Amino acid sequence: MFKILNIFNLLFLVSFAQAQVTKGSLLIKNGTILTVTKGNMENADLLVENGKITKMGKGLVAPAGTQTIDATGKFIMPGIIDAHSHIGIDVLNEASRPSTADVWVGDALDPLDLSVYRALAGGVTASHAMHGSANAVGGECETIKHRYGTLNPEEMRMEGAPRTIKFALGENPMRVHGEGNRIVPATRMGVEQVFRKGFEDAKAYMAAWDLYEKEKVKNPAALKPVYNKRHETMAEILKGNIIIHCHSYRSDEILMLLNVCKDYQIKRLVFQHTNEGFKVAPELAAYGAMASVFADWWAYKFEVYYSTAYNAAILTKNGVVTSINSDSEEYIRHLYHEAAKTQRYGSLSDEEALALITINPAKQLGIDQRVGSLEVGKDADIAIFDGHPLSIYAVPQFTIVDGVVRFNRSKDAADQRLQASATRAETGFFLHKEQHNHDRCLEGAFENTATFFGLERE
Amino acid sequence: MKINVVFTLIFTLALTHSFGQVKKSTKGTFALTNATIETVTKGTVSGTLIISEGKITALGSNVTIPSGANVIDCKGMFIYPGMIDGGTQLGIVEVSSISLTDDSDELGELTPHMEAITAFNTSATAVSVTRVDGITTTLVVPQGGLFPGTASLVNLVGYTPDQIYAGFKGVVLNFPGAGRRGFWDRRTDEELKKEEEKALKQLNDVWTEALYYVQVTDAAAKDPSIKVASNPEMARIAEVIRGKMTLLIETNKSSDIEAAIKWAQDKKVAKVVLTGVAEGWRVADKIAKSGFPVITGPIIALPTRESDNYDKAYANPGIMSKAGVKVAIRTNDQENVRNLPFHAGFAAAYGMSKVDALKSVTIVPAEIFGVADKLGSLEVGKLASIMVTTGDPLEPKTQIKYLFIDGWIVPLDSRHIQLYEEFLNRSPGLKK
Repeated sequence: MFKILNIFNLLFLVSFAQAQVTKGSLLIKNGTILTVTKGNMENADLLVENGKITKMGKGLVAPAGTQTIDATGKFIMPGIIDAHSHIGIDVLNEASRPSTADVWVGDALDPLDLSVYRALAGGVTASHAMHGSANAVGGECETIKHRYGTLNPEEMRMEGAPRTIKFALGENPMRVHGEGNRIVPATRMGVEQVFRKGFEDAKAYMAAWDLYEKEKVKNPAALKPVYNKRHETMAEILKGNIIIHCHSYRSDEILMLLNVCKDYQIKRLVFQHTNEGFKVAPELAAYGAMASVFADWWAYKFEVYYSTAYNAAILTKNGVVTSINSDSEEYIRHLYHEAAKTQRYGSLSDEEALALITINPAKQLGIDQRVGSLEVGKDADIAIFDGHPLSIYAVPQFTIVDGVVRFNRSKDAADQRLQASATRAETGFFLHKEQHNHDRCLEGAFENTATFFGLERE
Repeated sequence: MKINVVFTLIFTLALTHSFGQVKKSTKGTFALTNATIETVTKGTVSGTLIISEGKITALGSNVTIPSGANVIDCKGMFIYPGMIDGGTQLGIVEVSSISLTDDSDELGELTPHMEAITAFNTSATAVSVTRVDGITTTLVVPQGGLFPGTASLVNLVGYTPDQIYAGFKGVVLNFPGAGRRGFWDRRTDEELKKEEEKALKQLNDVWTEALYYVQVTDAAAKDPSIKVASNPEMARIAEVIRGKMTLLIETNKSSDIEAAIKWAQDKKVAKVVLTGVAEGWRVADKIAKSGFPVITGPIIALPTRESDNYDKAYANPGIMSKAGVKVAIRTNDQENVRNLPFHAGFAAAYGMSKVDALKSVTIVPAEIFGVADKLGSLEVGKLASIMVTTGDPLEPKTQIKYLFIDGWIVPLDSRHIQLYEEFLNRSPGLKK
């Protein structure tokens, strides 16, 4: 009886965890298709059936009643992917310990976040909702699809996307823990040891469980090791089941984590921000580590003072898989423009520039088999612009997720909020001044610690 | 001929040798030939533009090249006036998170006599980073408090305040308002209203005091027996009251904008510019009716309310412009003032005409600052603040090939470019 109940519970949990994803069918007619991976197609059609791209070419016909978008004179590109953002989640920093590998932002998804709609209005169909950078080891992140309109947090998850975790180097963990709480790490030396200790603990933890599994065969009363979620997660990184996404700025700290990963044979590694990635591009390329960067942010704190807007171009030309991210509910709305800046700073080709916001971030999140380019068989995540997306004058017109039109500029109404919530009830005036006194990554860490060390919160 | 050789030598040296942080700027006679000249005020002209003694001395298809001029062939290229950013903290904030490198915000509510130009670091890394993208002139604006200080217009070449000063100063007034400053601002509506009323009373008290100061100093000018104690705060506001200096009124919320217009009209302030004006689109007709010009921005920004269309910040300049408001665009940034053309570009993408967008970063700010005789367009007699480009300067893809500021040819050199040159093909590379 107990067993049956358990199975029942299990079935219930499984059905709850796998939310029904809304999928659509439509025909996009007569546009310029920028596939990103396989060149451009002029005056071409694209057919979507049940959320997937099923045909691309000229003169396609759809079953009667299929929604049709006339893309004459328009540009059709893969839905933009942001490898570093914090939208669609309620909270982003569990800033209480130098390692919080045991927490997961997927527990705090917020389908009501208006930023998701605004991201859609910039052609962005998926983003990496990340833990913050207060801790050397932050929590696990969640790759979300921008299915704005659903009220079910489960439907926001990109089903099947690999697990990812946030690491952080440099000033943020040093400020929060070293300066704020007077515990290690107060230096970049200390940050390194947080990782090494974490992985050593995980190895010992795995060994203890292995030993127990063997012992159990001989001795059913063998003592079980104490379950520890933090060590579990670090062990999964060692096993290659979780991709590290590490907040980083300076070249020395980037090399440090590369060396730590070498020592523990960790291959799946993406550096985030990576402002000085350009200095160690050969090392990143040789290791196969990837980089997700800002187009031009610099000088908002000391560790980004020696930056260059040519970073993405240098990384790309040195063979590093590079993406451009937003880390901001404002910047996420114009990643196509951020990518275009690499044409001013480093003269990247159209295809290279578009890859920075499509197929490359898809590779970094381990979802490039599903999204990031327009190819038959891939998810129908699509953005349609009225001009070439790298032109300053281009305006996104339609944004499509799984074949469902989630943004249509001609139908944009003023108030797109799904509902007022307890924390978002105000419709008042907020002046957002984009002054980067800190990264958005530190949000939440300030609420508790700002008063301790006089940080500005604006 | 000899002169030509010497100039060429200096020119070549300046472009190929590094002296200190960035390469040196030089002056001379230049002929920019075979170019498409976008004058901004007088249409498009094909031909040659001559720079001599720091000024544009001729332009057109039938121009004689002076002997000794450095000839730069601009075939296939475009010449535009340098861009003017109508509001920045460039040069007064080096690294915003390090408070001791932030000179933008002096203590106190009443500090109109604080001179932004005093704290402008002409060698700040961001200065050369900014100008290589064609931004040749910026308004340096102090911030914080009711009267934060006096803003100055500067040209981004030179090493002393006298060398960079571009001919305009204005007193900044942060008009009392009730906006929350961010997600973390938890003040209640009542608290905000109280603070707003208190601030407005404070402003009116200051103004009344300044009016007395004007009366007393007027009287003292006629009667030497009247002694007036030094009062630099009142002395500076008195210049606004006397119509000698412009009042730059920073205001963003629609109800505040209306209140600011009414206030300035009631006080009969002679020279008024509205700055910020994020919600200008809500009250565009009222702004137009006031006749006050506007410097708005940043344009690439979020809407001010969750219940507004996602694109309202982009559309704001176009809506105001169409209503008849004179609109200049600013970044309100410090290290990324180089994005000025992109802010104008977004304004154009979302409703402003392309012509007006270009004007909003060239001739319109020059007119607002009263320096249109020197800057803002390509006309004979104006200062040579010029960029030579491969195309539309608002497009990210466009490259800037030559840069002149205030008559000086400025090398296209900055730390960002130097790092590119050093690290594109690093040496030693992977193996030493």
